[in-house]
Amino acid sequence: MIYQVSFTAIVIFGIFVLSVLGLSYFFARKAKSASGYYAAGGQIHWLVNGIAFAGDYLSAASFLGICGMIAFFGYDGFLYSIGYLAGWVVALFLVAEPLKRMGKYTFADALDAKFNSRSIKLTAAISTLVVSIFYLIPQMVGAGALVTPLLGLPHWLGVVIVGSVVIFIVATAGMTSTTYVQFIKGALLIVFSFALVVMVLNKGINLSPSKEYHRFVTLEASLSAGRVQGVAHPDYRVLGQHREGELTFVKLERNGVTSWWKLAAAGAKPILEEALSIVSLEDGTVLYNGEPKENRKFYQVGHVNKIVVDGKEVAATGPLGPFAFLNRIKNSEITRFTSKAFSFGSENVRLFYQNVTPGREVIKPGLYYKLDKGATIWSRLDFLSLMLALFLGTSALPHILIRYYTVPSQRAARKSTIVAISAIGLFYILTLFMGTGAMINGGLDVQNSNMSAPLLAKTFGLTLFSIISAIAFATILGTVSGLIVAASGAVAHDLMDKFLKIEMSEKGKVKAGRIAAVAVGIVAIILGIIFEKQNVNFLVGLAFAIAASANLPAILMLLFWKKTTSRGISWAISVGVLSSLGIILFSPTLYEIYGLSPAQAPIPLQNPGIISIPLGFITLVVASLLTGKRAAEKA
Amino acid sequence: MLHEPISETGTDRSIPKKTRLGIFMFLFYMVVYAGFVFIGMMFPRAMGAEVIGGQNLAAVYGFGLILLAVLMGLIYNFLCTRYEDRMNAGGAE
Repeated sequence: MIYQVSFTAIVIFGIFVLSVLGLSYFFARKAKSASGYYAAGGQIHWLVNGIAFAGDYLSAASFLGICGMIAFFGYDGFLYSIGYLAGWVVALFLVAEPLKRMGKYTFADALDAKFNSRSIKLTAAISTLVVSIFYLIPQMVGAGALVTPLLGLPHWLGVVIVGSVVIFIVATAGMTSTTYVQFIKGALLIVFSFALVVMVLNKGINLSPSKEYHRFVTLEASLSAGRVQGVAHPDYRVLGQHREGELTFVKLERNGVTSWWKLAAAGAKPILEEALSIVSLEDGTVLYNGEPKENRKFYQVGHVNKIVVDGKEVAATGPLGPFAFLNRIKNSEITRFTSKAFSFGSENVRLFYQNVTPGREVIKPGLYYKLDKGATIWSRLDFLSLMLALFLGTSALPHILIRYYTVPSQRAARKSTIVAISAIGLFYILTLFMGTGAMINGGLDVQNSNMSAPLLAKTFGLTLFSIISAIAFATILGTVSGLIVAASGAVAHDLMDKFLKIEMSEKGKVKAGRIAAVAVGIVAIILGIIFEKQNVNFLVGLAFAIAASANLPAILMLLFWKKTTSRGISWAISVGVLSSLGIILFSPTLYEIYGLSPAQAPIPLQNPGIISIPLGFITLVVASLLTGKRAAEKA
Repeated sequence: MLHEPISETGTDRSIPKKTRLGIFMFLFYMVVYAGFVFIGMMFPRAMGAEVIGGQNLAAVYGFGLILLAVLMGLIYNFLCTRYEDRMNAGGAE
């Protein structure tokens, strides 16, 4: 989509960023000791910590990614909401209190509490780094996606700005400022998401989302021998047509402007439906709907094709309650936009054609994950793999686990987890309404699925768009801060202090943490630029899978299986990290990034969890039994 | 430096009881969650079936899983707090 820079947006955005930086400066004085820097002194109130948990967890993936995925694929995006929230059950019932009892600053501390093993320190630190970096990538991608429309800056500059601000926050004040940034951002995100949903419900469902919304045109066409010969409009001229599988696309010209249309049928008559197009010409010129970018003819889309209430077609429903809203959506027809790319002569054409989908298909799984029509064993396993990784991943995320060390007691750890579950649960329920709201109210940028929530806000006015975008930006700042604290703790505390046994004073430890934060931040910036085009939610799913494969077997077996040995833990972490990373590197999505055909990928799974999580558990059991036996024999 | 917790947690005699409760509640939720995944994977059309108030199974089960997690969290906290108060009286956490 082509965005216009808004002064209001820049001002609101600037206020947010300056407030966050001011907060960091204020708390910097509390981060002079290692406990202050890594664990906020262990004295955060459980209520603040709970909301900060929510602020930490509700990342770009939750706000931008899930809403975008729901806006494009309906209920399949909501599966992430369900899985992400369900993961907190594992955290609360099994992990929260024991981890609080065992740990000090990092997840490696907890794992190593019983054994004091160097191999555990090393593997846990590496696992923390890998998971944190995989989680950082989508945050950075989301940052770039946001800054483009908000400030009119290119994606890479957005990533650099976020990276720089976060490095400043973490390097100056560590966990204390990170906690308060996450607390404020978590609270704002939930309050404004709620307000946005109220506005969506109050507006109801309309055939025309707004006065400014583009009116899509259909033209009657005349066919001969399967080719379009002309259209029933004197201004249009047929320039050619292209067949792509069962679909036929037609190129028309009007007043010197070319456009692409999809051939469809209305009863017995052939008709042409207007499509969005991005065409790259041989000389490098790119045309958006047939015109140069500066003409701003590439608009945001998403509308309802038919609304049925009590068996009758209506033009608008009026205000609706949440259940009535879902009901009406289910009984309506929604126009989604499906992408298709092909070459036409010397032109590279990318089309986004209208795809009318029954509402009942939108409010159930299947538009993204092929579970019904066209399902294969691999597509079903992919779904299972994702749901398994989401369920088991949350309680193994290092940046979430370290938040248990910021509260003073087990009881506080438990209470803050419940506050987190309640706040996060409310937010995830809202995602279904924000996503479908964007889908039917012209909240889609067909080029970028991550922008649906801010664009939905834009349909209610520029001020709300600016606030929501600034909150989304703060969302990224909060999560990235937590991730960088976790990663810098892994480097400075686990690797340098514990594994390499480098003698450091309290000040030296804090300094090492700050240097590590800068280094991790730079890596995150580079990766955020490379992965620009990926849906942030999908990328976070991968981070969950790595965490669940590498860390969860170690945590759970240490807590609940007495025969667990230090070798078992370090082997399980190593195998979990390597197997999940290996499957991801040979997955169809990564093949696409390499520029290869996704069909050639040797492992047709998008999410590695179904293989790598059981492998982590099996490795731990086998290695523990073998090494435990040897130790017993030696004794 | 040892790997001691950053803040003292004291002696908590209710740990075994809380652990058992946690495992039981986790298993219960896991079964409900597995049911959702199984239906989605093997019987996807059933997800579109209307169940309550015109809502389909996907919506009811999905929202249900989220609300169940919150509800179970509150129950868990209530019971754990009661165990702690009873069992740690006179030498509490």
